[in-house]
Amino acid sequence: MDRPLTLGPGAAAPRPAGGRNLHRFANPGRFLRATGRLLPALWAAALVVLGIGLAWALLFSPPDWQQGETVRIMYVHVPMAWLAMGGYTALAVLSAMSLIWRHPLADLTARELSPVGAAATALCLATGSLWGKPMWGTWWVWDARLTSVLVLFFLWLGHAALVRAFDDPERGARAGAILALVGIVNVPIVKFSVDWWNTLHQPASVTRFDAPGMHVDILYPLLVCALGFTLLFAAVVLSRTRAAVMERRVRALQLARARREDGAAA
Amino acid sequence: MTRKKRRLMVLLLAGLGLGTATALTLTAFQDNLVFFLSPSDVMAQRPTGERAFRLGGLVETGSVERRTGSDGRPAAAFRVTDGPNAISVTYSGVLPDLFREGQGVVTLGRLLPDGSFRATEVLARHDETYMPPEVADALRRAGHWNPSEGAAPPAASWNTAPREGRSGG
Repeated sequence: MDRPLTLGPGAAAPRPAGGRNLHRFANPGRFLRATGRLLPALWAAALVVLGIGLAWALLFSPPDWQQGETVRIMYVHVPMAWLAMGGYTALAVLSAMSLIWRHPLADLTARELSPVGAAATALCLATGSLWGKPMWGTWWVWDARLTSVLVLFFLWLGHAALVRAFDDPERGARAGAILALVGIVNVPIVKFSVDWWNTLHQPASVTRFDAPGMHVDILYPLLVCALGFTLLFAAVVLSRTRAAVMERRVRALQLARARREDGAAA
Repeated sequence: MTRKKRRLMVLLLAGLGLGTATALTLTAFQDNLVFFLSPSDVMAQRPTGERAFRLGGLVETGSVERRTGSDGRPAAAFRVTDGPNAISVTYSGVLPDLFREGQGVVTLGRLLPDGSFRATEVLARHDETYMPPEVADALRRAGHWNPSEGAAPPAASWNTAPREGRSGG
């Protein structure tokens, strides 16, 4: 049996009082209407910002004094790393909502988020490896930063596989939420690994307490690229979630019709 | 207490327990999580000759000596320092492009009986400052910074540094 998510527009599932304010946003009809209006604007903004950011970063920004043109890998590598960690934090928040408030839309969003997060983390690892070879002299080392990001990648993959591994989607969502919440301890480890232990990877340039260790000519295109990739990430995840809501609704309508026809035949 | 509140409390308690356990584990394994030892660590621990380990630090200014080895391959001798202590390193092979005096390096190898280090692999470690070459040149000309002697001055000073002839683009 499917969950209240599959009810028609406006037919919010009866909920006990208390979580009502939150559940206003869990109404799938309202979600579809809101994302229907928001998504075209989000996609347009993502493509425009990303276009400007990538052109600025790849064509009009200066090379680095010691790394030369190789530094341009950073404009993809760093946004992907931020998305891998920020996206995982979002996954943990969705998982907590799912476990505490039994929020069906949070389950669906988490399910659609993890393959996208895994892709961002894979891109972060791949670009980092391509960058490491010419600069450090190696594709890969087992230092604390690289290893903890690899663990983050496996957590993303594990979540994506686990939520799909159950016949009952609700049980899959529950198991995935627990995995995601356990895995959140890895996020501060990724972030602070370069400060807590000595690693081959250099410490943070932008997200640190004093001023960024980056010239503005390199910093600004990086920030525009990061904003563009974040908008793109959000657009992809929201589009996937919208499609999943519609898919469930189609299945529920088919089920209802089949039941009606059975009743008529009897 | 409603069911939701109870679930929230359980989740928070579980999170607290998990966080504490992770912190304790990481603290316990602190020594095994380091990727390399600094010269001071090596002086203090004196790892035995049989065990390969990584030695990391800055290439001491004025210590690099490049030569050709007996087998015709390029070789180099330099000193790796962390300030208070320094260790001599010999290496035969091609050094990474970023290798220079004052630059961070991580070398893999063994300690010889005479206290010097025989490296089989040298990796360059770059710092977290990024700036256009003209800005680095301007800082050097103005005497604010010598890359072979230490880290760059704070970013606030170079974002306004005068520069001649932008070549970026």
